[in-house]
Amino acid sequence: MNTSFDFEKPIADLQQQVEKVKQVAEKTKVDMSATLKELQDKIQKTKLDIYNNLTGWQKVQISRHPERPYTLQYIEMICDDFIEMHGDRTVKDDKAIVGGFGTIAGQSVMIIGHQKGVNTKMRQYRNFGMANPEGYRKALRLMKLAEKFNKPVITFIDTPGAFPGLEAEERGQGEAIARNLLEMSVLNVPIICIIVGEGASGGALGIGIGDKVYMLEHTWYSVISPESCSSILWRSWDFKEQAAECLKLTADNMYHNKLIDGIIKEPLGGAHQDPKAMAETIKSQLLTDLSELKAKKIEKLIDERIEKFCSMGVVVED
Amino acid sequence: MAWFKRSTKGIFTSTEDKKEAPDGVWNKCPNCKKALHYSEQVEHKYVCQYCNYHLRVGSKEYFEIFFDDNAFAELFGNLTSGDPLNFTDTKSYKDRLVESYKKTGLKDAIRAAHGKIDGQDLVIACMDFNFIGGSMGSVVGEKIARSIDYCIEHKIPFLMISKSGGARMMEAAFSLMQMAKTSAKLALLSKAKIPYISLLTDPTTGGVTASYAMLGDINIAEPGALIGFAGPRVIKETIKKDLPKGFQTSEFVLEHGFLDFIVDRREIKNKLSTFIRIMNN
Ligand SMILES: [Zn+2]
Repeated sequence: MNTSFDFEKPIADLQQQVEKVKQVAEKTKVDMSATLKELQDKIQKTKLDIYNNLTGWQKVQISRHPERPYTLQYIEMICDDFIEMHGDRTVKDDKAIVGGFGTIAGQSVMIIGHQKGVNTKMRQYRNFGMANPEGYRKALRLMKLAEKFNKPVITFIDTPGAFPGLEAEERGQGEAIARNLLEMSVLNVPIICIIVGEGASGGALGIGIGDKVYMLEHTWYSVISPESCSSILWRSWDFKEQAAECLKLTADNMYHNKLIDGIIKEPLGGAHQDPKAMAETIKSQLLTDLSELKAKKIEKLIDERIEKFCSMGVVVED
Repeated sequence: MAWFKRSTKGIFTSTEDKKEAPDGVWNKCPNCKKALHYSEQVEHKYVCQYCNYHLRVGSKEYFEIFFDDNAFAELFGNLTSGDPLNFTDTKSYKDRLVESYKKTGLKDAIRAAHGKIDGQDLVIACMDFNFIGGSMGSVVGEKIARSIDYCIEHKIPFLMISKSGGARMMEAAFSLMQMAKTSAKLALLSKAKIPYISLLTDPTTGGVTASYAMLGDINIAEPGALIGFAGPRVIKETIKKDLPKGFQTSEFVLEHGFLDFIVDRREIKNKLSTFIRIMNN
């Protein structure tokens, strides 16, 4: 297993020990299998210990791991067929949001998601997963198309935020996101949303109104990134760990606060350690939900969708 | 909700004292720096008579500007913020709330009321910037949601007056979900074919712009207001260039097609009253 974070160092150290023992065994032809077994057990225990006790900030780090699968990779692993569609029919094609019709185990669906790049060049091409208004408008166009042909909508959310640029403002970033929130809340087909990486604020919510909203185990979802929160509330970039705790942005926190419908377990160490296994888990969750949601009357589904979001919030009534 | 019924019977009580300004209360216009006497401010609807600068005012002043004889029934005035995340940064959220209650005399960053505008029913929800920067937490979302329900039930047009720095970070994801809540309710208001007027005032930014503020049947603004999604500082850091003059002003947003018109506060009651009359006819 490749490790990349400070908090994974104990695992890396043990893995190094394993390598050393193997080398010694090779050289001396002494049977070290008992020692190796002990070390492997220790590694497994250490992994469980680390990944089951991640802090908010550590989860934020995992959610941003450059080798995590992004939307198009999930689509490739989950769909039998997929036809990508482009453009908002008004301004341009936003590369930070992708979408199209596809089939999952024979069922037709519309899949839409943020797309991050897989290398330096592609990261720029995808604008780091930060959509402009035309991205949200492309998403809405595709959702309306799905509604017209009665196909469920699935969204994959993974964005550090809607793009805060000059042209984004000129073309109405706020309006584009707002429109999606309104339209998605009454869209006449089932919607399933999964936060697969970063769920930053309005940029995430803009494709995040669903009958089922899930977070992968090591993702985050909140109104602001811990870094920006730190800079605003603490007036310094140094409190990101603390901000991550305060924001209660992990899947566990969000589920506990009834702001999402469920958590999808990741392979040990995170989705990037075994993308195939991750995709399989997502696929089986989607199939379960698709049959449940498709069996429901759409009017009831929409009522429940609206009711769910309208029940979110804590007020004191005296 | 006994209280709810009372207001629907049409018993309108002026909950605001018509405070006569004590003599000698002056303010400086933040724009032209000329001194403005309190009585002049009231007379000119809190617009500087020298340079037309629109002073930042709150729900008290807006209710006075819109409602006939300043008579209205406040709605959902009993709602206050919880602290669902037990949030503490350099200060605890609870302490911030208590300080804000003391400083502003308000219960949160929004008040809602039912009154008449030239004899026609209107529900107004108006944000108060003085309360934690007009930030949108659960109370803001909930009052808007309930106001919309009230408008649907009683078939009354809805005016939302936005004035906000955006989300209330101390409520984190709860704050974010108020965007979803208010937008979903507006979808229902739209289905009920009840007019929704969104008035954007200085400033309207962040999650407020990305939800209810931009979803009006008509979106209108006061002159010179800062209106945008991302804050100017963030944009400047992103593009590493100076922002053009007039960027993210009402006039800029109108020019780019996201507002129906800009209206001077001294004309606004008349103009909206006409709009409502046309819609009700
Ligand atoms: Zn002036």
